[in-house]
Formats: sequence, structure tokens, C-alpha cells
Amino acid sequence: MKNRKYLIALAGQPNCGKSTLFNALTGASQHVANYPGVTVDKMAGWYRYNGERVEVIDLPGAYSLTSYSPEERITRDFILHEKPSVAVNVVDASNLKRSLYFTFQLLEMDIPLILNVNMMDVAERDGDRIDIQTLSKTIGVPVVPTSMKRGSGKQDLLKVINAVLDGEKLATAVRIDYGDMEPFLRDIIEQLASETALTAHYSLRWLAIKLMEGDGEAKRLIEETLSQSAAFSECVEKLRKKFEHEHGEMPEVHIAHRRYQTAEDIAASCVVNETNSRGRVTDFIDRFVCHRFLGPIILLGVIWLLYYLSIVQGYHITNYTWPLLATLRSLAEALTPNPGFIEIPLSRSFTLWCVDSINALLNYIPIFFILFSLIAILEDSGYMPRMAFIMDRLFSRYGLHGQSTLPMVLGGIYVGGCAVPGVMSCKGIPDERSRLATILIIPMLNCMAKVPLYVLLIHIYFAAHKGLAMFFISTVSLLLVLPTAKILTLTVLRKKETAPFVMEMPSYHLPSVRGVLGRALERVWLFLRKIVTIVAAVAVVLFVLLQFPGIGEERMAFYEAEKERVLGVFLGKVKGLSCEKDLRGDRVMGLVLYWDDYKNARMRTSDNSKVAELNARFESRNPVFFRIVQPGADKAAGKVNRAFKTLFNERRDLLRHMQQERIDTSFLGRLGKWLEPVTGAAGFNWRVNVALLSALAAKESSVATLGALYESEEEGEALEQRMARGEAGFTSLHALALMLFMVLYPPCIATAIAVKLQSGSIKWMLFSIVYPMALGLATASLIFSGGSALGLSGLQAMGAFYGVALAFTVVTGFVKNKS
Amino acid sequence: MTLDQIKPGGEGRIMKLQAIDTLGQRLLDMGVYPGLKMKVLRNAPLDDPMEIELDGYCISLRRKEARFVEVELL
Repeated sequence: MKNRKYLIALAGQPNCGKSTLFNALTGASQHVANYPGVTVDKMAGWYRYNGERVEVIDLPGAYSLTSYSPEERITRDFILHEKPSVAVNVVDASNLKRSLYFTFQLLEMDIPLILNVNMMDVAERDGDRIDIQTLSKTIGVPVVPTSMKRGSGKQDLLKVINAVLDGEKLATAVRIDYGDMEPFLRDIIEQLASETALTAHYSLRWLAIKLMEGDGEAKRLIEETLSQSAAFSECVEKLRKKFEHEHGEMPEVHIAHRRYQTAEDIAASCVVNETNSRGRVTDFIDRFVCHRFLGPIILLGVIWLLYYLSIVQGYHITNYTWPLLATLRSLAEALTPNPGFIEIPLSRSFTLWCVDSINALLNYIPIFFILFSLIAILEDSGYMPRMAFIMDRLFSRYGLHGQSTLPMVLGGIYVGGCAVPGVMSCKGIPDERSRLATILIIPMLNCMAKVPLYVLLIHIYFAAHKGLAMFFISTVSLLLVLPTAKILTLTVLRKKETAPFVMEMPSYHLPSVRGVLGRALERVWLFLRKIVTIVAAVAVVLFVLLQFPGIGEERMAFYEAEKERVLGVFLGKVKGLSCEKDLRGDRVMGLVLYWDDYKNARMRTSDNSKVAELNARFESRNPVFFRIVQPGADKAAGKVNRAFKTLFNERRDLLRHMQQERIDTSFLGRLGKWLEPVTGAAGFNWRVNVALLSALAAKESSVATLGALYESEEEGEALEQRMARGEAGFTSLHALALMLFMVLYPPCIATAIAVKLQSGSIKWMLFSIVYPMALGLATASLIFSGGSALGLSGLQAMGAFYGVALAFTVVTGFVKNKS
Repeated sequence: MTLDQIKPGGEGRIMKLQAIDTLGQRLLDMGVYPGLKMKVLRNAPLDDPMEIELDGYCISLRRKEARFVEVELL
């Protein structure tokens, strides 16, 4: 940001449409300083004006500019220290009075200000008529009316902004008369006037007001810069006491009062309300949405619909998108060197490994797109605060917060979220203790990436009770999360600060299609970037760990001998037949590839009329091979066909043994085996260990790694079949232990980074990795060892565990937190 | 009487904020200040928090927070 000429800051209270303005100004040229979620961090973007780059910063929404919440501190520090060329204060036209309360505080910081009265359409609908000219004259700053959601007013606003950037002088803005407090403020200003270190950077009047308010950051500033700070701070404290004594009102109450009074006077002179229909629709809707009985039912319905549409219907859509990804794989196959009889070129196996790993993730895109769209609808409509309103009583019992609802829904309160946006959206929780607790438990919810493993295991081991098992795994995470949060807030988080709940209940708005789709696309795009960077990198590392050091020379010679043997047997069978010369030496490999190609093409062709066409194509490619593949009544060809099938299967077995041996002896395989004694109690063998280790990087990898470990023998064979065949000794109890371990699995790398960002410390990040691992292993061991000892089946153990977890959750809910 | 004692539908005038520091400032910033008229709209399904209407906008707050707001019933 060095050498920048222009810097604009967008500031405003929550729900004023600030982000819409930001998107309209910067378009695609923005880099998000945070991950999807709501605007919780400042976002930066830019646009060009007269060939110059104009940086635009979208500051987090804040109700005030004290230093009690992180949003307020970010906004305030940015304006104080970055000194933007101009600040655009976005205000909600339908709520002018309270918006001006914030405007006055910005003005006190002495920065050039433009007032953007947004959501004019909403105000007009409510019957408000705002006299923009009078407003501008009274406050003394340029005022621009817009309805950004409809896209109207943007050009006018740009014109005013650019005029200020060009150096147009702004008139002196209105200054609030603090009445009885003015002498006190003058006193402080006089005392500070000689302090050049302060006067160079700060407006003294602003500082004086903050000191009278008892603002902690202002006090700290004084302590850091003044030489005799102790005496001065004492003097300020005396002034505060004196004011309260003389006027019977606390200084901060008086200040707020004067601001509201001024705002009301201005609003009264500029706003005419003709019909006063405000809030009637919202109140009517809330009568149902927040109703004692209907409210929770509607909430459950909304969450159910969220998951039904994204997970169930989204999964349905993947049936149509999967062939596209399969085509991508075929393309990669065609572009890499052909495999030999038992020698698979490294470049081929590496490319296919990467494609498979990424495809496994790309497959989720339809689901993510639907999920993010629905969440955008929930955010834009104003339903989110209602969720917090309904859930707060319950969540606060467990040391969480009503506003933990959104992060938990994003993280996957039922099934299928993503911990990264979940953790990032925790920033909105004002209460430090609840916020940390929420951050720490979100990775234990059912994120998208855990679902494939659940689905895989349920399909194999709980096939008869799929619905029940899915319900268990979807809800049990909540029963684990709530007591864990409670225990955390009673122990390690005991001493953390708490904050008031007080929350605005905004009016309902109809979300716009453009806004919703735009945000959903943006979030999907960010998710994709996470895939190509982190997961691709992880795939490379895993490939190395799984392929090397590789099969030793002695064993390789053994496999070579095996190859010669099976080839010799085959050639012996076809001796003397007319096609023998076409199968000698390397030519037999041609038939292997031809056979593969034909089978693959045949499988993709379901239409009978197209089969003849396909046959004709393959016959013209190689008539001799075609006769072997499709011998019909030709006896000699039939003999070759049978002999070749045997050869083909033997080759497949050889390749599988080699792959297994390669993984057995690989670095990851060794680590997995080395951990077997520890994980044995939980019933995990080394293969599972390897999959779980790979999931540390990104949970999606668990299924991808299992998929690779149980390599496909025939094109299109589902992993379910492969796994069931490969793990004969595996029971439903093993599967249950594995699923519960996955529930409690430590955060993936991306989430761990989000945890570090949101908690602000590496210590919490490490804690968030270690404690779920211990908890997960303990739980899985309890299930497996306990279940085995009692002779329970997977389903019985499931029921027993659910009962215990439910009882524990209820009991911990009655333990009181100290506030 | 204090705000938490008022039943849904009850209207009153805010007299005094007993709270200081964080809660007091937060209430002020959200528009809860002495002299203002207000109305209790509803309680959450589990009775807590409660939602009140102030001069054209609505906020919700927990009961233990409402206890710090002195109100005169109208």
C-alpha cells in the first residue's frame, strides 16, 4: 500500500448495505482479507480514477466507536492511523437517527467525510421522505442518496468522492454541543495542547470526549505518550466524578444523550414520515418466527431445508457433474505415457493421483454452491439474528452465545458445512469467552469433508440402517460439542472476558438474486482456491510419502519373473493360432490397452443403437484385436479370449500386490504401522491410520487416500465395494469408532490457520489441534474396546453411546458459569 | 421497576441505566438511553432473551442485562 495516492474508507453500522457499495465500487478487483462469512475483517479493493489506483477499504460494521468490541477498534484504529483521503459513511436511510449517532463520532475524529444515505428505497417504502439538501446543510458534509441494492445512485456517489479526491474543500461539519460538559472538555484540551506528540496525530477534542467517556484505549494512549500520565489520568478521573456529582448523570450517558438529541433534532428537520408503516411487516413475521412453539419449529425447518437442498439435492446434481470430472481423468490418462505390463510410469501415476485427489473435491461444488446461496439468503433476509434470539438461552447454558448459531450452521451443525467459514464468522461474537469456545468446538461439527467418510462407512457397515446411522452421526456431534464447550469455558477459558448480548433485530428484507448469487459464487471461488493451493500441495506430499522409497530390487526381480511366467503361459495357449504373431513381445501390451479402452467405452455407452457404432469404430482400429475382444462364434478367437482374460486378471493381481507392497513399505505406511499399538484400542489398523494421517492436511483426503489405498481394479468400481473387499476383518464396531474419531478429528490445516487468525494466538491453534485428538482417540477406544468387551454390535454401541452423550449434555447444561 | 419485569406488550419510559462499563456503553450505543419510550415486544421461546422496540427499531437483550435498566411503566 506504499505510494498509494488515494485511500477511501467505507464505514457504517451493521446492516446498512456497506458491503453492497463496496462490491459496486470495486467490482472484481478486490482481495478479501478474510475467508467467506460475513464482513468481519476489513476488506480491500480498488478502482481506477484518472489512471490512478484508488484503494477502497471496507471497514467492519460497528454501532459506535468506543473500544469495547473488535469491530469498533478496527474501524477506529484504521481511521486514526491510516488517515484515509476520505471516509464514506454509509447510513441506513430508514433509521437515520441512530445512524447519525455513529456519524457524529466519525466527524469528531476530524476526517473528510461523505455521508451516503443508502437504502432510500426501503425508507420510501416505509413512507419516509428525506430532505437531502437540508440534511447536507445541517451536518455540513456532502450527502448522496443511493439505493445500492437496486444499483441506483452509484454514479452520483462516485462523482462526489472523486471531487473530494481532486482536492475539493469540504465545509466545516457540525459540531455537537455537549452542553454542561463543554467546560470539562475545554479543561482537558488546554492541558493537552502543549503535547505535540498528541496534537500531531489526534484531534484533541476527540481525545477529550473519549477521556470523559472513560474509554480504555484513550487512557492507554495517554499513558504511552505523556510523561506525567499518572497525574493527568487522576485529573481526568476527578473531572468525571465532578461531572457526575454536579449533573447527576454519568459522563458517558450524557455524551450519548447529547448525540442522540442532536441526531433527533436533525432527523426531525429532514425526515417527514407520511404513513408510518415501519416495522409492521417485520413485527407480523416475527409473531410467527419468534413464537414460543412455532419459532423453534420454523428454525428446525429452516436448518433442515438448508441441508436438504444443499446436501440431498446437491448430491443428486453431482450425478450429472461427475461424468465431466471423469472425462477430465480420461483426458489426463490419454496425455500421460502408457503403462507397461507391470511398469507404471511415475509421471502417469503422479498425474492421475493429483487428478483423483482434486476431482474428489471438485465433486462437492454443486453442494457448496447451493449451501452458500442459502446462507446468503439467510443473512440478507435478516433471519440470522432471529436464530440467535431463539438459540441464545440454550447456547448460553453451555458457555456459548446466540450468535454462535451462524458459525455453527456454517461449520455444519447437522451435516455438511465447512469449518473455515465457520471459524472466520466467529469474529461477530462480541463475547471473548464464547467466541473462543465457539472457535474451538467448530472443527468438531460435521463439515462437508467428513461426510464422504461417513457415507462410505455407513453404506458398507450400516447398510440396513442407513437413515438411523446418518441421523446418529449428524446429531451426535452436537451432543459432543455442547458439553465440550461447557467444560472449556469452565476450565481453560474461565478467566476470559465476557460481553453483553444486546443485539439489533433488523427489519426483514427480500434478498436480491444478484446479491445472493454473487456472494455464493464468490465463496465457491474462494473454496476452490483453497483446494488448488492446499489440497494439491498435500496431494503431492502424500504421493511422495506413499510411493517412496518404493519396491526393492530383489522384490522387483521377483515381479519381473512373475510377469515372464504369466506371459509364457499365455503365449503357450495361443501357440499355432493365426493371431499369434500379433501377440508376441510388446505387442501383447497393445491388446491390454485396447481391451481396457473397449471396456471403458462400452461401459459409458448405455444406448444399444450406439453399441454397433462403437463396435465398428473399434473393429476398424484393429480387426484382429476386435475378434479377440468380441469372438462371437469364432472358436479360435474364443480360445484366445479366454486365455487373455486369465492373463488380464493375473496382471491386475500383480499390479495390486505391487501397489500394496509399495504402500506397506512407504514412509506413511511405516508411520501408520508404528502407530498401530496406540490406535489398536480404537480398532484402527494401519491402513486407517494412513488415511487419518492424510486427513490432517484436509479431511477430504481421508476418502481420497482410502480410495487410493484400495485402488480401483475395474474402472467404475465404487470405493464401497473395494473397501468391503479389502477389509474383511472390519466390523460395524470398527466403523463406528472410526466415524466418532472423525467427528472429533482435529481441524484441517486451513481451519487451523483460521483458528490462529481468529483467536490471535498460536497457543490456541496448537490447543485446538491437540485436545480433539486426545478426545477422539479416547472416545474411539471407549467405543471399540468397551463395545468389544460387552459384545455389542455397531448399532447397539451406537445407541448406547447416544444415550450416554445425551444424558451428559443435559447434566452439564445445569452447571452454572461465572460471569 | 426494571426492564426484565415488564411483560410482552408493556410500554414504558427508560429512567436510568444502572450498568457501567461495557454493558452500559453497549446499551447506549444500541440506543437505550434515559428519557426514551420503549415497548416490550416479546420474549424468546425459552423466555430469555427479550425483544424491545425503541423509537422505530428493535433490539434484543438478555434478562440479566435488562435488570440494569430502570423503567417507568406508562
